[in-house]
Amino acid sequence: MKTLQLIIKESQLELRRKSVISGLALYLFSTVFIYYLTFSLRQNLINPFVWSALFWVTILFSAVNSISKSFIGEKRGQDIYFYSLTSPESIIISKLVYNFFLCLLLSFTGYGLFMIFINNPVVDHSIFACTIMLAAWGFSSSLTLLSSIAAKANNSSILMAVLSFPVVISILLLVIKITKNCIDGLESSVSYDEMVTLLAINCLVTAMSYLLFPYIWRS
Amino acid sequence: MKKYWWKILSVTLILYTIVGGLLFDVPRLNIVNETIRALYFHVPMWFGMVVMFLVSTVYAALYLKNPIPKNDTYSISFAHVGLVLGMLGICTGMIWANYTWGSPWHGDPKQNGAAIALLIYFAYFILRGSVTNNEQKARLSAVYNIFAFTTMIPLIFIIPRMTSSMHPGSGGNPGFNMYDLDSKMRMVFYPAVIGWILLGTWIATLRIRIQLVEEKIEDYEDEQSR
Repeated sequence: MKTLQLIIKESQLELRRKSVISGLALYLFSTVFIYYLTFSLRQNLINPFVWSALFWVTILFSAVNSISKSFIGEKRGQDIYFYSLTSPESIIISKLVYNFFLCLLLSFTGYGLFMIFINNPVVDHSIFACTIMLAAWGFSSSLTLLSSIAAKANNSSILMAVLSFPVVISILLLVIKITKNCIDGLESSVSYDEMVTLLAINCLVTAMSYLLFPYIWRS
Repeated sequence: MKKYWWKILSVTLILYTIVGGLLFDVPRLNIVNETIRALYFHVPMWFGMVVMFLVSTVYAALYLKNPIPKNDTYSISFAHVGLVLGMLGICTGMIWANYTWGSPWHGDPKQNGAAIALLIYFAYFILRGSVTNNEQKARLSAVYNIFAFTTMIPLIFIIPRMTSSMHPGSGGNPGFNMYDLDSKMRMVFYPAVIGWILLGTWIATLRIRIQLVEEKIEDYEDEQSR
């Protein structure tokens, strides 16, 4: 129950500060627009592989930017206030769920923008949608814990990047592989192996975040 | 003698590995030829690295359960030694790859995974460097240590096995078991694994002792200045 309330509070807070979410949207838009402008002379340069690399790097960077705010944004006294109100478990779950939806929103918006400005080489849409969901889950679960670590250490913005990139690479590699299958239009059963591995990694990372977060929260 | 027999053992085993690994007979195989001797040095170093990181993670978990500075010192020292063994492993692998694959960095999934695993641990040291408060440093780095180790497992053990790799032992390439049907190579390989693990533990314990002594000196100086 408390978790639900916390999720609602997060989203209300986000809607109230419209500058953050519109800033993210603009970030995504300008990135895709820069791709469009730089590649506009040679549209044929963007073959499916370049497309998937550009797409996932864009999603990764916007995810890192948005999730790194999830703990840094909070004011000093707020921590202690929440600490007295709820358990760390409900806080991490609420953050995970909220960040998952944020990542999902970012990914699908990014996909739409890519469709409009560049092109859409994806053939197997259902598998690709599943991949986006799995990737959003993976990014949100690994980045949420790291952002809480980075928020406790002081020079957060650099530290967030340094800590998160090596950790999310394994997710990114799997996702790019599945995307390649989707673009090539292979049978969906070809990607099942990777998707199960991705699911397993996501479960592992989520479990670790859930177990480890209380120790960070306490300090 | 009772206390340091394993140090003598580690030195003897590594000397034996160097002599035996370079002189003993090895199976003749196409392309690989004499470079198969890299197995005696490269693979045991990776084993050593994984063991060191595992011990480091265990101490990190112990620190979270029981936050005394000693556990943190153990954790960081084993992570240091693990990183050194990992870098040695990657260097020996590159030497091998230079002669067998034609270039030191071939972009093989195993090489990339290993490099990323090392990056994760570099990030661990950067995290430690950027926090000033000692207790907070120990706690945050313990959390990241456990997190890093769990994400390293898919990177080293699972993903390379799913993609086609030219590394021996994966993607249909002959692995360790196929090289030595007469298990001659095991005579050197297993002692090498034990030798490197023991040497790593020895270096780690030395670092731990230096660190503990330094902490004691600091405490003593604090008391003196009061």
